[in-house]
Amino acid sequence: MGFSEEEIERYSRHIILKEVGGKGQARLRAGKVLIIGAGGLGSPAALYLAAAGVGRIGIADADVVELSNLQRQVIHHTADLGRPKVDSARDKMRAINPGVEVVTHPCWVCAENIAGIVAGYDFVIDGTDGFAAKYLINDACVLAGIPFSHAGILHFVGQTMTVLPGRSPCFRCVFPVPPAAGAIPSCAEAGVIGVLPGVMGAIQATEAVKFLLGVGELLAGRLLIYDAEALEFHSTPLAKNPACPVCGESPTITELRDEAGARTVCEREG
Amino acid sequence: MQTVDLRGVACPTNFVKAKLALEMADAGDILRFFLDAGEPVANVSASLQGEGHRLLAREERQGYFVLTVEKVGG
Repeated sequence: MGFSEEEIERYSRHIILKEVGGKGQARLRAGKVLIIGAGGLGSPAALYLAAAGVGRIGIADADVVELSNLQRQVIHHTADLGRPKVDSARDKMRAINPGVEVVTHPCWVCAENIAGIVAGYDFVIDGTDGFAAKYLINDACVLAGIPFSHAGILHFVGQTMTVLPGRSPCFRCVFPVPPAAGAIPSCAEAGVIGVLPGVMGAIQATEAVKFLLGVGELLAGRLLIYDAEALEFHSTPLAKNPACPVCGESPTITELRDEAGARTVCEREG
Repeated sequence: MQTVDLRGVACPTNFVKAKLALEMADAGDILRFFLDAGEPVANVSASLQGEGHRLLAREERQGYFVLTVEKVGG
């Protein structure tokens, strides 16, 4: 396995675990996880995956750090205002753990580029804040056969599920088409409690780590809802939909396209 | 027989290194570990057995202990 003295010390609390050991830590080191979105969800996911020693971590975001981000996007600091989010994220990840490789993708994902971006990763974390991106990530990962974690947050409520393409329900199995414009308030209007993505993003990183280790039960076939106000977790069983447009028996989506009907939740100025 | 000298190595790093050495070995292999007296030998001894390995011997030498352990399992 070839761990250095530093790595043995750094990952000692992992190696001690029966479920990890040197073999598991080596799997993390060989793992490649892509985080799409360096915001509320991506921040804790990126920090924890770096700490865990995932060997290659991709981070995709075209945005720069803005003041209103700092209420919840804990990977970014006041000193980072105006910097590309992926650069800010990369710096903190490597400060935690210089042993991980961080690949920055300073772009928005779209139908033209996403297949190329996700290619080569073992697991993808959807840390985006818009339905269009969520459907695109679902379709790209299902078509490429790459497991991924979906999550969404609004107000005090978060939801997450893990998709094992072809084996467990995908996002479209549950939500075949995007909500009509105006049905869901944009985060910009409705707000989100800052601590919420901290919990959800860490859960997404948990799923990535468990997937790489091959331990535990993933949120495959389950939708986990977290109500931060009531401090309750609810788990709803999901079934693969044989009529699913992308992973069903007769798929109608066989190539990637930007979801025309999906309203982008976060309207950016400028 | 492989010997791993863990004298002067603090807890729990001593256990981590012992665990890693056993992971790399084959089932049935015998390894010897040198450990400091007190908590190191007590904790590592108990923890390796907790992992399912077989403690064959525990000898006290001048200022340290020698644990002889047989690897159990894959």
